[in-house]
Amino acid sequence: MRKYDNLVVNSIGKIVPSEVNGKPETPFQGVGKYIPEGRKYGAPISSCTNYPSDGNKLIDSLKESLIRAGLNDGMTISTHHHFRNGDLISNQLFDIAKELRVKDLIWFPSASFECNSYLIKYLEDGTIHHIEGSMNGPLGRFTSQGKMRGLGVLRSHGGRYQSVQDGEVHIDIAVIAAPTADFFGNANGVDGPAACGSLGFALADSQFADKVIVVTDHLVPFPCLPWQIQGNYVDFVVQSDKIGIPEKIISGTTEITKSPDRLFLADLTARFCEKAGIIKDGFSFQSGAGGISLAVSLYFKEIMIKKGIKARFARGGSNKHLVAMLEEGLIDYIIDGQTFDLDGVRSMRENPGHTWSSPFTSYNYHGKGNFAGLVDVVILGATEIDINFNANVVTHSDGYLLHGIGGWQNCLFSKTVILTVPLFRDRIPVIKENVTTICGPGELIDVIVTERGIAINPLRQDLIDLTLNSGLPIVPIQELKNLAEKICGKPNLPNFTNEPVAVVKWVDGTILDTIWQVNESTNFIP
Amino acid sequence: MNKSIVSAGNKGEKDRSDCFVSLKLSDSGGIHLELKSKVQVLYGSSISALCYEMFKFFQIENAIVEIEDKGALPFVLMARIEAAIKQLIKSDLEFLPEMLSENLYSSDFNQPRISRLYLPGNTPGLMLNAGIHTPNGIILDLEDAVGISKKSEACFLVRNALRSVNFLGAERMVRINQIPAGLEDLEFIIPNNVNLILVPKCENGNQISQVNDRIKTIQKRIGISNPVWLMPIIESAMGVMKALEIAQSADNIVAMAIGLEDYTADIGVVRTYEGTESLFARCQVINACKAVGIQAIDSVFSDIGDMKALKENVLRSKALGFDGMGCIHPRQIKVIFDNYAPTDQEIENAKIIVIAFIEAAQNGYGVVSVGNKMIDAPVVSRAQQTINRAISMGKLGAKWISRQGNGTIIA
Repeated sequence: MRKYDNLVVNSIGKIVPSEVNGKPETPFQGVGKYIPEGRKYGAPISSCTNYPSDGNKLIDSLKESLIRAGLNDGMTISTHHHFRNGDLISNQLFDIAKELRVKDLIWFPSASFECNSYLIKYLEDGTIHHIEGSMNGPLGRFTSQGKMRGLGVLRSHGGRYQSVQDGEVHIDIAVIAAPTADFFGNANGVDGPAACGSLGFALADSQFADKVIVVTDHLVPFPCLPWQIQGNYVDFVVQSDKIGIPEKIISGTTEITKSPDRLFLADLTARFCEKAGIIKDGFSFQSGAGGISLAVSLYFKEIMIKKGIKARFARGGSNKHLVAMLEEGLIDYIIDGQTFDLDGVRSMRENPGHTWSSPFTSYNYHGKGNFAGLVDVVILGATEIDINFNANVVTHSDGYLLHGIGGWQNCLFSKTVILTVPLFRDRIPVIKENVTTICGPGELIDVIVTERGIAINPLRQDLIDLTLNSGLPIVPIQELKNLAEKICGKPNLPNFTNEPVAVVKWVDGTILDTIWQVNESTNFIP
Repeated sequence: MNKSIVSAGNKGEKDRSDCFVSLKLSDSGGIHLELKSKVQVLYGSSISALCYEMFKFFQIENAIVEIEDKGALPFVLMARIEAAIKQLIKSDLEFLPEMLSENLYSSDFNQPRISRLYLPGNTPGLMLNAGIHTPNGIILDLEDAVGISKKSEACFLVRNALRSVNFLGAERMVRINQIPAGLEDLEFIIPNNVNLILVPKCENGNQISQVNDRIKTIQKRIGISNPVWLMPIIESAMGVMKALEIAQSADNIVAMAIGLEDYTADIGVVRTYEGTESLFARCQVINACKAVGIQAIDSVFSDIGDMKALKENVLRSKALGFDGMGCIHPRQIKVIFDNYAPTDQEIENAKIIVIAFIEAAQNGYGVVSVGNKMIDAPVVSRAQQTINRAISMGKLGAKWISRQGNGTIIA
């Protein structure tokens, strides 16, 4: 399989391959420009005559289930990141593949975490051919060094659903780690020792994979309710001692920051939203998982109490702070994609106003609408932003791939998109002439909030007018870029080879940008 | 040649925006630089160029230098390298970063000093964004916040910070070490547009004279004459007893502060939340300040997590007569500012009194009454102070009062 071929320049001016891992691809054509044709992908038809009539699909071990699912060379295996850094199953899965001497697997996780750097050895020995999903931390570094045999493919949460539904990715075996399940395969994430809230990221896999395995450490008698994953999609159920490490499921990134500088940024962001008239009765909001974004909701809360108003809905990642707002009547509903702490899990389990959602309902660009566009304001972060408001969330300024896209791209369709970032991190400017990798086109990004000024996209004259005499420090983005450079000095650019190592997909499945191999031999070493 | 290995800077797990430089002079081999930087790809070449430039500047031809960099800005790198070099060679040369034109502002005798944020003088990471929190002043602290072994390198860092960090309009203050050691600190800061010097553990007027003499000497030598205000800190029984003498000892003293940790230790008691043990000292300092017309500044509140207790503390402090308080965390700034400020009700009452008094004066009366209360000169004076304070804190426009053609006053 060729890693890539046919480099072309796409509509945003980036060089991208139009063949990836042996399959033809469409270069990015502009926001809303690419309209697919044809029919969705369909999973093979099953017959219940091939399944136990008593509904008992229990298999003794994960290994046995993988063998019965037909695990073989070159297959695409999917897993999910509901347990974040406490995931145990993805790693076990490839231990088994190694033991069975299976080669060249494509790992298709909904996201990877630090704990998955364990899999580097399987990328090195050929058990795994490449990753389509996200390559975080050491996996990203490994990819950037050009060590992965295939080309990495980065997708947003919505893009992952889209790629499965459209048949771009054919999942041979989906392994769904479920905090609670019954023997039929009905499963949820709200109960059990590894409770994580929603199982929404696994929805596509359950619907479209050839074979679906549910692994649980909390088996309950039929029926397992709520059935976030429906057993009618499931081939095998495996009972395991432990599927996740609960304390690591609750990730540290979901703590509200104590840093005064970050709190200042969150406060400034909330004040911007207030002055721009966004915080009004019945509004809706979403904030990301980063420390600053989480703190924004606390400042929203202060403003909402002061003004005596409430929000119709908030989009999660939920956490105890958002749950408190729901319980205090400041929010009518939480529509939750993932749950960041145990208060969130409890609320989702007990409160009818706290509902789980999936990338299909929330983010899928190839659906009959999605929720992202209904949200009044979303507050997100970025590693870099350029003077045309294009932003990067996957690579760092030194060229290394270190993060996944998550739902970030999908959220850009909100009515107002705010990126709240420090002007510089340590010595590294965040606002720059050009970003290393474009993950979001600037035309969708409305406001950049930094501690030294707020830049509004000239396309949003309405926001510029609304905040004209607000007393807020509104400045041209060029000024922020100049200031960052004045404080930090002008940085060198990293050196890359001519070899792509991964591609960034846009929400419609087209290729937005390429991540290149870092040329470590020529980057500065004194 | 001094052949010892010296170092400057920090490299702890939590130290960010800093670097650690170690240096050894050698007989030959030129400058051998080993750089490990978090921003190697982006700034490795500029860091190494800076390093070579500095060694040339100080006329060092052979040395072994190791730099562990955690994203230090250039002014920090310069301070660390110079601090290391000057442990090995004697030189009057200074390798100075550019003085930002934005930093060339001065401050006024009477400007508000309600919130002043302490910044440890050897911790660059905390300095960079201090200004965004809009304290009335920032205090680069060379005294208690700097460990004994780091005193010397902190002077270089504070000097460079005064030139390179934009504190966004906050009054630029430095707390020097106790006199006489603190006099040497002045050499680093007076040439770099410091607005105010805090003189710790002050016990007599002579210490103030020594500070002012040294300031004048330095200013004369380099040909500058910008005002440098002083704020003595009273931190001992002796200081408390000499409060008035200290307050009167120079006409550039704009405020006097009390430091209760040291004071309570000095009189041998435990510092309590209620502060009964320091009531006398606080009142003595306040009265000395008010007697000579300067601001009285309260001790810092050390529980940075408890904003409710801070608020109560500020309200008590304001009621006693203090005009402001030091902050040791940016989160304290707003609480301190909001609670020293006159309340809306206080401002409204003051307006009514001032207007009533002006109208009475127009009509030839010396005393009037508002409601059931008699308004005489001291009441008016206090109301006017509240108005002035509200104006200086931005809670009331300077032109809050105007007069129509027919003489009617409009607020």
